[in-house]
Amino acid sequence: MPDVTSQVRARQESGSAGPDGEVATVPAAQPEPAVRAAPGPTPERLARAWARAIAGTSFVSMTPAELRSYLTGLAARLLSAATADTFEASVGFEVGVALVKAHFTQPASLDHTLRVLTEQLSDVGECTRAPALQSALAAGYAHALRERTLAEQEEIRAAAMLARSEAEAARWASEARFQAVFAGAVIGIAIADIEGKIVDVNQTTCDMLGYTVDEFRQLTVDEFIHPEDAPGIWDAYRALTRGEREHFRLEKPYYRKDGQIVWTDLAVSLIRDQDGQPRYVVTMVEDITERHHLQTRLRHQALHDPLTQLPNRTLFFERLGQILDDADDDARVGVCYLDVDGFKMINDTLGHDMGDYLLLAVARQLHSSISGPGQLVARTGGDEFVVLVERSAGPDQLVEIAEAALAAVRAPVQLGGHEITVSASVGVVERAAHTTSATELMKAADTTLHWAKRDGKNRWALFDADRHAREVTKFELSAGLPAALERGEFLVEYQPLVRLEDETVMGVEALVRWRHPKLGLLGPDRFIELSEETGLIVPLGQWVLGEACRQAAAWRQQYPDIDLVTSVNLAVRQVQDPSIVAEVSAILEQTGLDPGSLQLELTESAVMGTSGRPLETLHALARLGVKIAIDDFGTGYSNLAYLRSLPVHSLKLAGSFVAGLRPPDCPDPVDKEIVATLIKLAHTLHLTVTAEGVETREQAARLRTLGCDTAQGWHYAMPGPPEHVLALLESSVCQPSPAI
Amino acid sequence: MERPTWAPEDVNVERPSVARVYDYYLGGSHNFAVDREFAEQVMQAMPDAPAAAQENRAFLRRAVRYLCGLGIRQFIDLGSGIPTVGNVHEVAQSTDPTAEVVYVDIDPVAYAHSRAILANNPHATVIRADLRQPAGVLADPKLREHIDFDQPVGLLLVAVLHFVPDSDRPADIVAGYSGAIAPGSHLVVSHMGAEGLDSSQDQALGLYKRSSTPIVPRTADELSSLFGDLTLVEPGVVRLSEWRPESPDEPAARENPALAAVARRD
Ligand SMILES: C[S@@+](CC[C@H](N)C(=O)[O-])C[C@H]1O[C@@H](n2cnc3c(N)ncnc32)[C@H](O)[C@@H]1O
Repeated sequence: MPDVTSQVRARQESGSAGPDGEVATVPAAQPEPAVRAAPGPTPERLARAWARAIAGTSFVSMTPAELRSYLTGLAARLLSAATADTFEASVGFEVGVALVKAHFTQPASLDHTLRVLTEQLSDVGECTRAPALQSALAAGYAHALRERTLAEQEEIRAAAMLARSEAEAARWASEARFQAVFAGAVIGIAIADIEGKIVDVNQTTCDMLGYTVDEFRQLTVDEFIHPEDAPGIWDAYRALTRGEREHFRLEKPYYRKDGQIVWTDLAVSLIRDQDGQPRYVVTMVEDITERHHLQTRLRHQALHDPLTQLPNRTLFFERLGQILDDADDDARVGVCYLDVDGFKMINDTLGHDMGDYLLLAVARQLHSSISGPGQLVARTGGDEFVVLVERSAGPDQLVEIAEAALAAVRAPVQLGGHEITVSASVGVVERAAHTTSATELMKAADTTLHWAKRDGKNRWALFDADRHAREVTKFELSAGLPAALERGEFLVEYQPLVRLEDETVMGVEALVRWRHPKLGLLGPDRFIELSEETGLIVPLGQWVLGEACRQAAAWRQQYPDIDLVTSVNLAVRQVQDPSIVAEVSAILEQTGLDPGSLQLELTESAVMGTSGRPLETLHALARLGVKIAIDDFGTGYSNLAYLRSLPVHSLKLAGSFVAGLRPPDCPDPVDKEIVATLIKLAHTLHLTVTAEGVETREQAARLRTLGCDTAQGWHYAMPGPPEHVLALLESSVCQPSPAI
Repeated sequence: MERPTWAPEDVNVERPSVARVYDYYLGGSHNFAVDREFAEQVMQAMPDAPAAAQENRAFLRRAVRYLCGLGIRQFIDLGSGIPTVGNVHEVAQSTDPTAEVVYVDIDPVAYAHSRAILANNPHATVIRADLRQPAGVLADPKLREHIDFDQPVGLLLVAVLHFVPDSDRPADIVAGYSGAIAPGSHLVVSHMGAEGLDSSQDQALGLYKRSSTPIVPRTADELSSLFGDLTLVEPGVVRLSEWRPESPDEPAARENPALAAVARRD
């Protein structure tokens, strides 16, 4: 059967192998010498039928062609055994073995094989040989299958053993690693069960807290609660044991067995069992006592003043912020903001060392008399201290504390052999906590301290919202003045001056008004003082003067027959300004106004006590032909003798004297006497007298009786726009007789 | 510390294992009573189970030969199972005795047995790892001893991806491998199909579903989408027996819904 061997060889050459690469050698190792040509099946035909029968019965890793080729080899051996001269049934046995080797391991494979052989071998060779070969094949198959099964079972058992022991080794290794880590770790490790019973701790934990392992095992986690534990940590712990969180970190103090405190950094983790249920809590404990002390020290340094050891500004604000954050709805807080009076001078005269010593003494006094629970005394700056009252009972309590603080500061201090006494000023603010912020509170305290200083020092002032609001408005007004002047928000109104003798209008006083965009029309009382403080009065006054002169010139042009004096106020600062004379003369020139029609009103203080340049200014103005009146006469310090030498033409009596003449039945006799005397005096000096604030007919009548020359007031006319004056002038032109 | 991609746990021979059940389907005896019981249950529902396993194994062989024909000489067999007849290294090394094969399986018994079988084979090895962690698998030093990542690799995911649920992001897993291999590499996949299941097959899947290793059947489209930017080679995603049958007299296609595909990295 040359074709069989060549096929076998071809398979070997193509490298195509059976399941374990050996199968191909089975037929090759025992080549059959020759095959007798006989009728019946050839190996190919038998193999084809055989392959058809057993394909798919078992899993073999061969293509159909390979399978046929493999079976052709086996078929050839069977056929030659059936027809050989000497019969060897063992060939059948070997073919059975070869089938199993090719992995025909399913019983159906044997079954189908025997059936095919029964069909195909029935006519081949001696009739007894085929059954003998078949039974030998069955025996060989059974034997090989049993061997294979046992071998595979052994293999899988060995593999399972191996796998198991490897898993165990791995587990042991990891356990051993854990043991090594546990025992040798420089940080403490403690394991507790879910109920909090301590299960195991390592040596480091024992060393850290001073208990033995056995002592630990008698303890539960709860026994390590410490009063300084951060709030919430035990809630976190319980959440962990309920399985709601996996781990958390915290810093926590412990009492050692000997009572000392150990500060630790903890990492707490939950260990679950295989079903995910919380089982253990593992805690890693690091001793951070040193670090904690260092931090505490650093924190203390960061939050305290090195000189006095009092809490510093940072701590004060931290605490204040905390109190405001945590405040209930009805909680109140208060601060006393204290500043040592004249400290700068003490420092400058006695030196910084003495200054520091004084501050230290003040700090001690304040601390010992005021510091206490809920009352924090802090040093917030050079000579500034604050008392923070965390839960104020009301302004009275704060005032009491402020007085105590003032008393503490006033205690005499031994300083370089001298006993010296200092005082302080205190700004007190007290309010509902939820209505304020730290910044607001301290701003108010600063303002109030300022009040106490301004009111004369060595005292306390209590914050007053109205006063503050007024100051704020004042400030805002003052700040808005320059822009208002630029934008033309000012205007001039005129109030008639009436000759008492015949009640005709002989002049007007120019009065400035501010048409404020938000506050409406503001009178001079709201802003003149401010503009004097800021110096804006100089340009403002000049503008008013120009405006009034322009207006006066216009009237003059319109009613050339009427003699009208226009009176304009000059502020002290204007008089002090050396260019005032030039300016007035320039304005007169520009407007063409007769100087005799212009009267400048100066306050008593601007005129009296003038010497040097202002006096010269006054003379220069008089020389221009301008009239000069003294406003508000009688309110200041008046050197009557001096008045004589001044170039003054007129006095305006202060409204307060005139007011005394107002009551309809009986005027104030003193006021009446004063007014009478003043009028007499003025007339002696050849000065005319104008009464301001004339509000009633009786007043006017009394003034006339006393000889007063001119009057001004609501009784005659309110200040008004130029048109009002125009109307008056017009009526006096038509009816020269008294019109008002 | 290096972490194994599997956890040391008990080798449980009281529970059926996919690897050993599969061995039983293929006529092997590398299995225990629990495995055989489970397999018999499946076979009661679906008597074709062993035939399906055989078909799968035949596809594996054809695919490996096809890759050998393309000149590929190194293979990573992910979820390789218990060595049985016609293992990848046998098929590949019959073409080139120096072909390199790395088996990867998570089953401790499959691993131990593979190691025993391969003890004397210098060109094949096995590692125990979870194929769902591509980076871990590819970084394995033993694997890197055998695989040259500058050369094309045959990556086999045969009858195993259907054990990976969507929640484990199978597409990302495949991409984890395909991104690491050289152009010209091929990915071989066979997978339980989800289309045209008859009631017996449904019932068999139900049995797996209750086991510790449920099977997630997927449609041809779903399977295609797992390949990412790899290019499917002819004939695309098809039934197992339709994938490049080697000769016309190959056993006729049975009603096996399992799918097969090979894709190339360009
Ligand atoms: C059905 S067998 C397939 C064996 C082989 N690939 C074949 O097709 O002939 C599935 C194999 O995948 C393995 N396997 C399943 N999930 C795995 C995973 N996540 N990682 C590694 N191997 C896994 C099982 O242990 C089993 O040996």
